[in-house]
Amino acid sequence: MLKAFLWVVRRDLTLSMRRRSDVSTTLFFFVIVVSLFPLGIGPELDTLREIAPGVVWVAALLASMLSLERLFAADYADGTLEQMLLTPQPVSLLVLAKVLAHWLVTGLPLALMAPLLGLQYDLSWQPLGVLIASLLVGTPTLSLIGAIGAALTIGVRGGGVLVSLLVLPLYIPVLIFGAGAVEASVSGLGEQSHMSMLGAIMVLALVLAPLATAAALRVSAE
Amino acid sequence: MLEVENLSCVRGDRCLFQGLGFSLDSGELLYVHGHNGSGKTTLLRTLCGLMLPEEGEVRWNGENIRGLREEYTKDVLFLGHKNGIKGDLSGVENLRISSILDGLELDGSAAWKALGDIGLDGYEDLPSKVLSQGQKRRVALARLLVNRSSLWIMDEPFTALDKSAIPLLQLVIGRHLDGGGTVVLTTHQEVSLTSGRARRLKLGWRD
Repeated sequence: MLKAFLWVVRRDLTLSMRRRSDVSTTLFFFVIVVSLFPLGIGPELDTLREIAPGVVWVAALLASMLSLERLFAADYADGTLEQMLLTPQPVSLLVLAKVLAHWLVTGLPLALMAPLLGLQYDLSWQPLGVLIASLLVGTPTLSLIGAIGAALTIGVRGGGVLVSLLVLPLYIPVLIFGAGAVEASVSGLGEQSHMSMLGAIMVLALVLAPLATAAALRVSAE
Repeated sequence: MLEVENLSCVRGDRCLFQGLGFSLDSGELLYVHGHNGSGKTTLLRTLCGLMLPEEGEVRWNGENIRGLREEYTKDVLFLGHKNGIKGDLSGVENLRISSILDGLELDGSAAWKALGDIGLDGYEDLPSKVLSQGQKRRVALARLLVNRSSLWIMDEPFTALDKSAIPLLQLVIGRHLDGGGTVVLTTHQEVSLTSGRARRLKLGWRD
């Protein structure tokens, strides 16, 4: 079972490496959206510092949205998805493997790229550290929750728009606590409580989302 | 043993078939025929549990497949219209990952051998997307050589195959039946099998 999990992760990572453009579009989207705000708003450092957490987090949400469609659509089109449903492995485990691989190529680079972008907003080292930490804890949750939406909209025409309508409302708690953690750190209030909530949401999503995604996949595969 | 009792399937608001029942013992093969749209694919997908029947049940060794879940999928190999292979992966990679998922570890040399046996000599490590339709089908069929499932459910396995591949596939199916396996397949071609007991099921109302 563990072997199947690792093989699925490895397969999806290999596939992403062979289609690097898919991965880099998400990352560039994130970089560009975050960089547009300082250009549009002007170089007032106080304003920039204030909006930074919100802007970076909203951009992260949208970037993760953008990559969701690829999570199951290709597998559905070439028939590997129905084969996945017919293996003796628990489907939720395979879903978890796919989400992990997806996060490694979309969420993780995003979190690692964030401090570089945070510099444009004149964030000091302390909030930058919190920004990375909150993205590291928050983006897996985005991938996990997004997987449910992606699974529900397989094979639906205009699925991309539908998936944002389904998933974005569910992203709100992550946005509130993720951006809140950085804001708290900027204002010197301490980010622990926000980070704990973010962690709790991730654990909850880790347990429930794969089950919900597996159920959604079974429905969509009909 | 595969048993089907009083099965009805509905697509949209059209009833494809109802009151369907049969049972298949090990070593038996079932040909499903019928005109286009008569519900062959729906029947096959229902048999492997991808679709839920409107009414009736499918039993494997006396138990409803809905209760068996992973215990049933372990015994089933499904080959659908879609090949279930990744275009960006080579034949060897595709075969190895699908074997691992079937719970059967396959080392590189065994995968190379299986692909060679199915007639893909020299194409084993090319990305599957550059292969022809028939060759892609062969990559998918290579699973039959390494798989240990007892029930094979195949939707049009002979499409896109050339003249040399059809007897090969027949041979593989024959060997599976001789070994006590069970096969359900749909086909438009007349294919003769020398071994095992072949039975026919006709769906639809047109001649």
